[in-house]
Amino acid sequence: MIPTKKWSQFDKFRIVLFVGLIIFTIYFLGPIFWVLLTSIKSTAEVKTYPPQIFPSVWKWENYVAAWNSQPFGVYLKNSLLITILTTVGQAITSALTAYGFTRFEFKGKGTLFFLLLASMMLPWDVTVIPQYMLFNKLGWINTLKPLIIPGMFASAYNVFLLRQFLMNFPEALVESARLDGANEWQIFSRIYLPLMKAPLLLISMLNIMTVWNDYLGPLIFLQDRSKYTMALGLASFQGVHSTNTIAIMAITVLMMIPPILAFLFAQRYIIDGLEGAIK
Amino acid sequence: MDETNQNSFINEKQKKRDYSKIVPYLFISPWLFGFLVFTLGPLLLSLVMSFYNWPVIGESTFVGLDNYITMFTQDAQFWASIKLTFKFALIFVPLNLIIALILALMISRSGIGQTAFRVIFYIPSVVSGVAVAIIWGWILDSNNGILNYLLKFIGVDGPNWLQDSRWALVALIIASAWGVGNMMLIFYTDIQTIPEEYYEAARLDGAGTFRQFIDITLPIITPTIFFNLITSTIGALQQLELAMLLTKGGPMKSTFFYGMYVYENAFKHHKLGYSSANAWIMFIVIMLLTAIIFKTSSAWVFYENEVKGNKKKEKKKLSAVMKAGDKN
Repeated sequence: MIPTKKWSQFDKFRIVLFVGLIIFTIYFLGPIFWVLLTSIKSTAEVKTYPPQIFPSVWKWENYVAAWNSQPFGVYLKNSLLITILTTVGQAITSALTAYGFTRFEFKGKGTLFFLLLASMMLPWDVTVIPQYMLFNKLGWINTLKPLIIPGMFASAYNVFLLRQFLMNFPEALVESARLDGANEWQIFSRIYLPLMKAPLLLISMLNIMTVWNDYLGPLIFLQDRSKYTMALGLASFQGVHSTNTIAIMAITVLMMIPPILAFLFAQRYIIDGLEGAIK
Repeated sequence: MDETNQNSFINEKQKKRDYSKIVPYLFISPWLFGFLVFTLGPLLLSLVMSFYNWPVIGESTFVGLDNYITMFTQDAQFWASIKLTFKFALIFVPLNLIIALILALMISRSGIGQTAFRVIFYIPSVVSGVAVAIIWGWILDSNNGILNYLLKFIGVDGPNWLQDSRWALVALIIASAWGVGNMMLIFYTDIQTIPEEYYEAARLDGAGTFRQFIDITLPIITPTIFFNLITSTIGALQQLELAMLLTKGGPMKSTFFYGMYVYENAFKHHKLGYSSANAWIMFIVIMLLTAIIFKTSSAWVFYENEVKGNKKKEKKKLSAVMKAGDKN
């Protein structure tokens, strides 16, 4: 950790530093506040030039109107279904796989782990076209299945993260459990799973953000509006009603809430998880 | 040394035990199945398809290397998109790395408010690409855009960001850099692991802030710079979503990145074989670049695990685990 200096000693350095931090704060948060302010203005206020920063009346009812202008309830239901199922599936399968790669020696382990790492750098374009054909053959196009089922199988990134975490645990733990007659499943579920709570929360939060935000997957695999997710619904809403600025901004604000909440909840774990992955 | 001996001893014991050999495979099967069906299978099929004329409906015909030859010799958009994508990566990747590093250093030096700034700077990286495009589209709007309004105060007549082919790429870089938080956090986390004593020693030798950064921080974080360089280069070369939503590849294809080119060939023009060949070129370029970065890394990346003072932490973790084990 970099030592912090006393205020009196390095005032000039400190002032420059904080001015810099505040400028960056404006860059990172300003746009979000600007969109939030726009979403509660009246139509006239949005169109005036020079721009009016604060609305004269805060019209929160804009949100109700925006929500009802499209079947966003349906989109929300679809998004939630995909997000919840993949997150639960991902946590279970990633934990099992990471455990398998950490605690066992087996034939082909090196090759398989190399493949796992290599798959992380695979461009999306290379696999998506055959995937589309596969899902088409299976009759999955225009259903939520292509967005749920592949997402339930352990992702390389999550396995890697969990494995980095598991490697810090002493083998002695397993040995003593084995001496007590516990089988592999019991060792995993009773000893390791409870210990993996923090990194599992981390990968769950990361998965929530990724899946909730995904735009390209739904764009390619879904056709009917009744199947749309929030991200796709918002994008198509903006495409069709681009002049309805207020409603677009309102839905954009709503769209940002779940991942930001997930992040605020998980930010402690994110740092710990990164620390584990870096070392 | 003790630790490694102990590990190999345990490993040997494990091998001798030879309890049912299938168990490890059962544990990794949830990944293995997904990998075979949704990654490796499609990857190989994509390679095969790249040698075919493969329409969505109707018979596909083997054409040998034709797709690749057409791409290189007759498709002007292929070269235009490659050039554009490299231009974007060459500007965006260094810029992103430098901003992320500056932010991480600033936060770690700020003393107070470290958590708050960390959270603030990270928030945009969790925002959906769709929302990012809408937010920046609104800020850079030609009629009501707040950015150009603010620029007037400092006497700058802002350009027509999204409709001017000279500025659309800049607009995309500004919007993309908004998500720098992830990289910043990785740098920050790494900087936090540098023991304070190093800086104390340097200060005793009379080293100033800048010297401390050059002599201590920079060498220690080179592996992290290396990691970020690879991941952000791979990411930049695949840039697609934001260009699709914010500028739609335009104006006049000035932001028609390679990722968009592949996407449109596949899902708009339905040339599945041709777009598979496109995608493989991207894959090969990414592999080559990664290999080059790896090869050259030995010259500037220092791995000094022993200086990071991990031992203390490991002991702490171990005792925590033992305690947790006791409870069971």
